[in-house]
Amino acid sequence: MASGDTITSSEYIQHHLTNLTFGRLPDGSWGIAHSAAEAKAMGFWALHLDSLFWSVGLAALFSYFFYKAAQNATAGVPGKLQNFVEMMVDFVEDSVKGSFSGRNPLIAPLALTVFCWVFLMNLMDLVPVDLIPRIAAEIGIGHMKIVPTTDPNITFGLALGVFALIIYYSIKIKGVGGFVHELTGMPFQTENVALKPVFFVINLFLEGVNLIAKPISLSLRLFGNLYAGEMIFILIALMYGSGIVMGLFGGALQFVWAVFHVLVITLQAFIFMTLTIVYLDMAHNEH
Amino acid sequence: MNINLTLFAQLLSFAVFVWFTMKYIWPPMTKALEERKARIADGLAAAERGVHEKELAQQAALEKLHEAKQQSAEIVSRAEKRAAEIVDEAKDQARAEGERLLTAARAEIDQEANKAREALRTKVAELAVLGAEKILRKEINAEAHKDIVDSLAKQI
Repeated sequence: MASGDTITSSEYIQHHLTNLTFGRLPDGSWGIAHSAAEAKAMGFWALHLDSLFWSVGLAALFSYFFYKAAQNATAGVPGKLQNFVEMMVDFVEDSVKGSFSGRNPLIAPLALTVFCWVFLMNLMDLVPVDLIPRIAAEIGIGHMKIVPTTDPNITFGLALGVFALIIYYSIKIKGVGGFVHELTGMPFQTENVALKPVFFVINLFLEGVNLIAKPISLSLRLFGNLYAGEMIFILIALMYGSGIVMGLFGGALQFVWAVFHVLVITLQAFIFMTLTIVYLDMAHNEH
Repeated sequence: MNINLTLFAQLLSFAVFVWFTMKYIWPPMTKALEERKARIADGLAAAERGVHEKELAQQAALEKLHEAKQQSAEIVSRAEKRAAEIVDEAKDQARAEGERLLTAARAEIDQEANKAREALRTKVAELAVLGAEKILRKEINAEAHKDIVDSLAKQI
């Protein structure tokens, strides 16, 4: 355990699940919340500084390296960095070619960004749960969640971006009428004038659920997987406080779970990317 | 699960990073990849062309070699023919020369024989005259019978 014997297990877990939240404090001033309850009380007008810091930082990191590789990209013999970036670009391009039938210069860069970013954010899950929060505590930062994808704000933010693109391209490709028809004219169709409004409502409900399910499933799948993984790491970390035998057992468990998690984080990043491509492909096609 | 402003901050940064990737990362990378693909394709095509050219050159060399062999065989056979001709000519010449020498020798022999016969004849006549003279000395005068002796010598 990080902070000695003075806190209980549930406090420890609670501590690990609280974001560094900036918002309006109960006394009316703006500042950083000191506890989970205070953070909750801030309501909507609050920022998770830790999530945003790691999320933007990781994106900036990957953008920097990829930008460097792109600036020095040659058609000749590639360097190590260029080789790696080319591998990623090729991989994403193959995925896009496999799932996306239309032509849109946005899709591939979008997929590349999604994959690399989500992967890096997931990767933070493999950093020992107490390492960075402990360092942060030493320099006076009370809460620190370093895995942005365990913050639903982050996954919903990504999914909402994808959702906005789905709506945008649905309307752009099919027109407003086509989009409305897609939402209301299917799956039930009739020539009966009296039945039409009834089917209209049923269809709108079904297709509306279908549409809304896309960003929700996209974000909740990622969030759920990473949150659960993080939770298990935290529970394993609890064992370190219960004597040497439990501690050793916990260490072995952590290793096994981390190895398994390597698969999970890659898979989740890949699923997020693939579903983004597939959803946007559906937005581009009449069906 | 506190949903708050973080969501929109994330949405905004998402848009920014996608835009950045789309503008500054993706195009140069795909351009480099396409260029390399084209270069490799060119290289492969050139290699193929080289192989083809090599085959053609090999074929041409083979033809040249064949031609040269034929020519050399022709030259050899012509030389052999010429050599045989020269030998034949030499033989003919030798034969002709031999014959000429033979005839000349024969003519000389004939001449010599004639000369010898002539000399012999004269000698015989002289001997006959000498004999007759010896016989006749006892009986006749040489001057008196000279025309008889001469006519006799002529007849021999």
